[in-house]
Amino acid sequence: MKIIIERTALLGSLGHVQSVVERRNTIPVLSNVLLNAANGSLSLLATDMDLEISETVVAEVVRPGSATAPAHTLYDIARKLPDGSQVELDATGDVLTLRSGRSKFNLGTLPVADFPEMTRGTWSHQFSLRADVLKGLIDRTKFAISTEETRYYLNGIHIHATKGKAGEVPALRAVATDGHRLARVETPLPEGADGLPGVIIPRKTVLEVRKLLDEVAGNVDISLSETKIRFTLGDVTLISKLIDGTFPDYERVIPAGNNKLLSVDSKLFAGAVDRVATISTEKSRAVKLALEAGVLTLSATAADAGSASEEIEVDYDSTPLEIGFNSRYLLDITGQIESGKAQFVMADGNSPTIVRDAADLAALYVLMPMRV
Amino acid sequence: MVKHPELHRLSIAHIDCDAFYASVEKRDRPELADQPVIVGGGHRGVVSACCYIARLYGVRSAMPMFKALQLCPQAVIIKPDMQKYVGVGRAVRSLMQEMTPLVEAISIDEAFLDLTGTELLHHGSPARTLVRLVRRIETEIGVTASIGLSHNKFLAKLASDLDKPRGFAIIGEAETLAFLAPRPVGMIWGVGKALAAKMAAEGIRTIGQIRDMEMKELVRRYGSMGMRLYHFSRGQDDRRVTPHSPLKSISSETTFNHDLWSFEDLERELWPLAEKVSKRMKSGDHAGLTVTLKLKTPDFKLITRSQRLSSPTQLADRIFRVGRDLLRTECDGRRFRLLGIGCHDLTDPRDADPPDLADPGQQQRAKVERAIDAVRAKLGGHAITKGRSLPVVGSSSDPNQAGEG
Repeated sequence: MKIIIERTALLGSLGHVQSVVERRNTIPVLSNVLLNAANGSLSLLATDMDLEISETVVAEVVRPGSATAPAHTLYDIARKLPDGSQVELDATGDVLTLRSGRSKFNLGTLPVADFPEMTRGTWSHQFSLRADVLKGLIDRTKFAISTEETRYYLNGIHIHATKGKAGEVPALRAVATDGHRLARVETPLPEGADGLPGVIIPRKTVLEVRKLLDEVAGNVDISLSETKIRFTLGDVTLISKLIDGTFPDYERVIPAGNNKLLSVDSKLFAGAVDRVATISTEKSRAVKLALEAGVLTLSATAADAGSASEEIEVDYDSTPLEIGFNSRYLLDITGQIESGKAQFVMADGNSPTIVRDAADLAALYVLMPMRV
Repeated sequence: MVKHPELHRLSIAHIDCDAFYASVEKRDRPELADQPVIVGGGHRGVVSACCYIARLYGVRSAMPMFKALQLCPQAVIIKPDMQKYVGVGRAVRSLMQEMTPLVEAISIDEAFLDLTGTELLHHGSPARTLVRLVRRIETEIGVTASIGLSHNKFLAKLASDLDKPRGFAIIGEAETLAFLAPRPVGMIWGVGKALAAKMAAEGIRTIGQIRDMEMKELVRRYGSMGMRLYHFSRGQDDRRVTPHSPLKSISSETTFNHDLWSFEDLERELWPLAEKVSKRMKSGDHAGLTVTLKLKTPDFKLITRSQRLSSPTQLADRIFRVGRDLLRTECDGRRFRLLGIGCHDLTDPRDADPPDLADPGQQQRAKVERAIDAVRAKLGGHAITKGRSLPVVGSSSDPNQAGEG
């Protein structure tokens, strides 16, 4: 294999694919990127066996062929080459030679035949989402993904189609929870997603897709099979295994009877929570919300650090209520409220609370209180 | 009482009960007084404690049980009753605490005491106070203990071992160096079998040899341990006697009579262990943030797997479930001789076991467990048990948790 390629094009593609490659691998070839030159283009492919990413870029193909080379090293070299330079990649035997200007690198390769490629299933559902819509679904749920490995079925975002009961539009839903908080966001069901089965997209895949979304406009094509999901964003294709588990029946934990409504400016609220939480202990991060008509008092105490409190004016006219929350969870959620108006719908100090963006009913958050 | 020029000036002591578990058993069964007694678990277990008669036959603690029985076939074997020993150990400690608040327990039956400045209070030197203390332990509790008295913890601990049982040994400042010089390096706290073997390979066998080496050389050879070797070889130890060093973990384990390998068999053994850990957490007012599973293969290879939880727990149900998930991935055909489970990162139970949005059933199971606890508190430990502890395993309603009992 021998090709000549613009440094910018090579760097861009390597930048995308290398982040899938794990820093430490027990199978050596997984540290490599598979390069394949044919028909005036170079395709790059990297995998961690659960997630595979590939991209095709224009290149001058001198001698078609393929090779695998260390992804992170190749990326580091491309990064350090001067802007606007041309790069020649020449693979012969078990060496890949990279030349650019007066620089020359020889990198060891591993047999192409050892490189694992994911088996393609048949895609049962295919649909498209606008990049900014997908971004919105991910951003408003990803913070709630659990990292607790034994609860692997929570280590991702659950997506599924709703039927749309009387008067409701069928929706595509994204849900994530770690047991302490739950985020549920929906968007009108795109064409082709009818009857979409409930699946769980692993956290790493979600984060990789999210990174790529910063670079693409337009549409993202999504295909689903029973065990895999495929995202196509411009020249990049990601294929990921789905988490083989059952997401809990989350509707059961979304309270229906909460009736104490608090409306508050989310920026003001977040600022106050952040200040007061300076005092709360590292372990619990608890802040207490004490509500009376028109006034919210936030407070925190820690045995060794002292105490803090702050009052803010709010819209609240139910009976007085005291409730505690993990300050970090409050900030995660209020950080997603773009309209500036946050609504808390509470029952009492021990029951789950619903949080919403007053101007965006597509998103709903549930937050578990803490004992304070 | 002994004679020693520094006797009434030394104030750091180590008190170690003599063959503690065996002594407690002999106290409760006087007919065993003249017989060799071994306290230890089952056929496959090890000797937890052995009385001084059994020691005459060569029996030692931590020795495999079958070997102990080869040496002393006529020994009376008693299964350990930890709850009883913990109770007696507490009684011993509270007598110690009457003498000084500076009691640092290092296990159930031994502790460091700092008696500096107690002369006026107890109308006598630390040495006299200690003798009074061990007499009280003997008459009021019924077990004997040995005293080591010196000028720091390292030497006090060495001393308590010199004159066992019912011993009183002293290492004064003047004879410290001479005492240490011919002793084996393994006597230094922190020098285990591996390091001692390494040092022996390099020709270093006695503490005196260490003292002849430069600090730089010791650090170069043995890293951070080198510093400790340098100071300890000179009888220098500035560690203070600090009362109640906080509890780090609570765990429980069992050694099987026959190796187990199937997930179902191991799972069944796991539940009572989880219940034991949970019981200790609840009674001690602790909650744990990390659950650790421990397995040992027949060739004594130790495997530990940990999982940090999203919130602290003290419930047997949660400890069991997390442990079971960790166990499942280890059951790949390997045989195991030992299974254990424990909780680390202990915290205040106030934040423990909050309702879980991802597991609506947890609240219910927590309620059931608390109800079972209440019944047991009233009617005794075996009044009610979970079907899980019975031999038949049923099916699960939770799609991610197959094998629920």
